[in-house]
Amino acid sequence: MTTVMSPPAGSTAWQAPAPVTMAAALNQALADSLAADDRVVVFGEDVGTLGGVFRITDGLAAKFGEHRVFDTPIAESGIVGTAIGMAMNGLVPVVEMQFDAFAYPAFEQITSHLAKLRNRTRGRVALPVVIRVPFGGGIGGVEHHSDASEAYYTHTAGLRVVTPGTPADAYLLLRQAIRCPDPVVFLEPKRRYWSRETAFLTPDGPPVDRAVIRRPGRDVTLIAYGGMVATALEAAEAAAGEDWDVEVIDLRSLSPLDDQTLTESVSRTGRAVIVHEAAGFAGYGAEVAARLTEQCFHYLEAPILRVTGLDIPYPPPKLEQYHLPNTDRILDAIARLQWEDDGA
Amino acid sequence: MVTQGLLPGAAPLQLIDPDGRPGQNPGELTLPEPDVLVGLHRRMVLGRRFDTQATVLAKQGRLAVYPSSRGQDACQAGAALALRDQDWLFPTYRDAVAILTRGVDAAETLTLLRGDWHCGYDPYEHRVAPQCTPLATNTLHAVGLAHAATLQAKDQVALVLLGDGATSEGDTHEALNFAALWKAPVVFLVQNNGYAISVPLAKQSAAPTLAAKGIGYGIPGVLIDGNDAAAVYAAARAAVERAASGGGPTLIEAITYRLEAHTNADDATRYRADDEVRGWLARDPIARLEAYLRAEHLLDDEAAGRVAAEAEQLAADVRDRMSAEGAPDPAELFEHVYARPTAALERQRAALRAELEELEESAP
Repeated sequence: MTTVMSPPAGSTAWQAPAPVTMAAALNQALADSLAADDRVVVFGEDVGTLGGVFRITDGLAAKFGEHRVFDTPIAESGIVGTAIGMAMNGLVPVVEMQFDAFAYPAFEQITSHLAKLRNRTRGRVALPVVIRVPFGGGIGGVEHHSDASEAYYTHTAGLRVVTPGTPADAYLLLRQAIRCPDPVVFLEPKRRYWSRETAFLTPDGPPVDRAVIRRPGRDVTLIAYGGMVATALEAAEAAAGEDWDVEVIDLRSLSPLDDQTLTESVSRTGRAVIVHEAAGFAGYGAEVAARLTEQCFHYLEAPILRVTGLDIPYPPPKLEQYHLPNTDRILDAIARLQWEDDGA
Repeated sequence: MVTQGLLPGAAPLQLIDPDGRPGQNPGELTLPEPDVLVGLHRRMVLGRRFDTQATVLAKQGRLAVYPSSRGQDACQAGAALALRDQDWLFPTYRDAVAILTRGVDAAETLTLLRGDWHCGYDPYEHRVAPQCTPLATNTLHAVGLAHAATLQAKDQVALVLLGDGATSEGDTHEALNFAALWKAPVVFLVQNNGYAISVPLAKQSAAPTLAAKGIGYGIPGVLIDGNDAAAVYAAARAAVERAASGGGPTLIEAITYRLEAHTNADDATRYRADDEVRGWLARDPIARLEAYLRAEHLLDDEAAGRVAAEAEQLAADVRDRMSAEGAPDPAELFEHVYARPTAALERQRAALRAELEELEESAP
């Protein structure tokens, strides 16, 4: 990941882009959002004094005060439920679920209330709430610390679901999510928290609901999001050695899905592979494959393939390498895209 | 350790007894002023008539369903009237009468139950949250709204209604805990009507009383006679004032009874005896307050007649408006899902429109 974005608009002095981790980028996005908007409050388990178990909220309570950034009891339904009430009364809550699987106690508040209140009230009550969820595996976490839980949320109308693949995009997407009038489930790929990128952090960029092409290519569209974007880019690099010119799309927004960017790409390449950590069965990739089949059928040279986690409960740390998609599996999928049939 | 004042008494506080005489156990409750008592009576009469009319409309199929609160009239009117204008009410599906009492239009109150939309009123107009159908989830919304008031230095209190069954839900526990920690200006009013649909309280809770649960959170619990409108109003009003002055939350348990079945679709004879219902009919909250008001010369036949006529007019209005033709617009299905409809929703709206046009063209 070496994308260098242009300097922020309006910056008066030229500055060199600096290496930044995704964790630091997220921290900066929270700090800048708190500074930009008095309505923003940040709360959850351990987010105050400790700065979060991943230190994403490090230093924010000290800087902005305990009325803006605060610890709560360890009760996820309570965190989301009270965030809903706060949003009804003029605040913009940004709450943290400590780990993917620990967000499940809040599921009812998220699906039955957060997602629906705008609809139930005919648009009269908007809930600009952001729920940050460190998600996915690859960090050697013991059980309940590694779930790729995106499909639970994307299946719920009324929620936006976004996930960044790079540090600079983590900053941009979180700023956008906090400004968004809709509730946003913000999935942070924890395996990439310490990945670095040399980039400017800027709140200007593609809209919150647009996918971006991270690497252009002619032969195959490789579709990834969150923690799998880096894996997909590695695979594309390796594929170049075998004369496959692979385009990598980072979805960024899982709901709504930017099918315009996808169909434009796949109509061009004629081949597509979708990568995600979550189990394949009824997983997010199935929706992407179905849409592309409906919209690009006549351009397709091969069936759309998925490279996903196995259809198993998340495995113990010493076995997670067999569960998670990797470069080899992606290359294998690319190799199975009916190249012998294209008559070139 | 400060536990003083957190435990409720063993017997429910009461300002007016079932026969309309001064209650034997007023505790620290203050009898409301005469104009408040007269107002409580009027709102209960209006609410009762609205409720019986809605039950009839449900039986006629004009409402999709109606969960009656007949018998719980004192809780409904007392809670709503105890709030100040700037305060918020967080009602459940059984609290249509409280919503009406708060000033929401009768037809808009019934939008949910008529099946036209999930909520018919603007929550910000009268500061009434949408009726909550999942149990206890609204307790957390009330705590969050109340705490946001504190954080923004607004003088606002949230009162949340819940039932005895809802106290079994985890959200009630989390809400009481958050409220106590934050000293949130919130009032929890449990309408204990004895049953969670069919399951009696004895199978819900082994606590001595539901109000007694407050002490575990550091919240004062108050046990009251929920069929005594004066007691409900006085307890709720005191809790609102306490919350507004920075005293934090209060948990009120009001002992009452639902005279109708859970909804028009329920058969209450399967789980409770007629004798039990008859016993509670004799403790009717409206008759009780009316007897008191007449004895105190605060209500005469003429005034009672005026209220009754107003109630009939309300019922006629509800009948007319609920009987009016007109279906909701299917195009609205795609509005209000997001701030702006997504591209996918726009496509689905166009497809539904085309489907409807085709149907119209093929109609004979």
